[in-house]
Amino acid sequence: MSDLEFFVDPSRCIGCMSCVNACAECDTHRGHSMIHVDFLDREESTATVPFVCMHCENPTCAQVCPADAIKQTEDGVVQSSLKPRCVACSNCVVACPFGIPKMPSRLEQMMKCDMCYDRTSVGKQPMCATVCPSGALAFTLRSTIERERREVPVNEFVFGRQTVRTKVHMMVPAGTATISLDVLDHLWISHKGVLQ
Amino acid sequence: MTPTPPPGDPLWRDEFSVYAAEERYVSRRQFAKFLTLTSVGMFVGQVWILAKTWMAPKHTYPAVAIGNVADIPVQGVKLFRYPTEHDTAILVRTDAETFVAYSQKCTHLSCAVFYAPERKRLECPCHEGYFAVDTGRVLQGPPPRPLPRILLRRDGDTILAVGVDTHGEG
Repeated sequence: MSDLEFFVDPSRCIGCMSCVNACAECDTHRGHSMIHVDFLDREESTATVPFVCMHCENPTCAQVCPADAIKQTEDGVVQSSLKPRCVACSNCVVACPFGIPKMPSRLEQMMKCDMCYDRTSVGKQPMCATVCPSGALAFTLRSTIERERREVPVNEFVFGRQTVRTKVHMMVPAGTATISLDVLDHLWISHKGVLQ
Repeated sequence: MTPTPPPGDPLWRDEFSVYAAEERYVSRRQFAKFLTLTSVGMFVGQVWILAKTWMAPKHTYPAVAIGNVADIPVQGVKLFRYPTEHDTAILVRTDAETFVAYSQKCTHLSCAVFYAPERKRLECPCHEGYFAVDTGRVLQGPPPRPLPRILLRRDGDTILAVGVDTHGEG
């Protein structure tokens, strides 16, 4: 494994969907994109954010897999489910704090971003990072990204009581050490203060 | 480098590790080795059993007087115990000059067999296992083997039991 690391910068995403299409063209999962581009708040903004697998150090998806189908390789990449083992139960889909795994019912197998393992394991960039025109997805040296960007890479996320450290870094405004999220903070509250 | 799991984790976390490097695959060679060694083990075990059987001392049976010819009518029976006090046996006089004797324990589940003169067979009432009275072979029912035959000798008017023919079984 090379020294190159994956950095995701949501503030740079322009929603062009290049990454989605580049991912879908890959031979190992032709026609199925493993990257999601989500609208942050469609009502208020056009802002988008690309979601690749964050490759957690202690992957929740693999921990909850009842079929022992999700494996993390020695370089820290969490692989898609193993076809002979996956029972398509969608436990991982529900458990992942980032919402990455998908279980296409037609395939009856969980598929997720494996950081283009066939490419990155030999020192090439993942497909999405090669096509991203705005640098929202960057596969580069840490020293390079620290030199070129104002934002700083962070790989520690706090979801309620769960702290997740990841292999993929999120670029956040300088001075942020961890990204803390609580689902309750993001549920839409009506004007009457009632959860909906 | 895979992080070490925190102590106190349940065993299944270790056995079904999420780290690919800790997967325990059985290779074709390992499996072939297992099969070969198991087969050799089975073979050696069989040879050992065979050798043990050959080495075992031959049974010697005492000659025991069962009764007098005159005491048993034709088609009559006499129960006795042979070769030990715990082995029940049945003597049948099938005609004036012919006597046969068998262990009385059915070879199925050791119920006591009885002689049915009208049908010329030894019958077990438990599961309707029938044996031919002249040879002891199974005629019907669940018994897996013939009845062990007790060898007889006639000494004047006395009938003696002199051995047991188990038809090659133990």
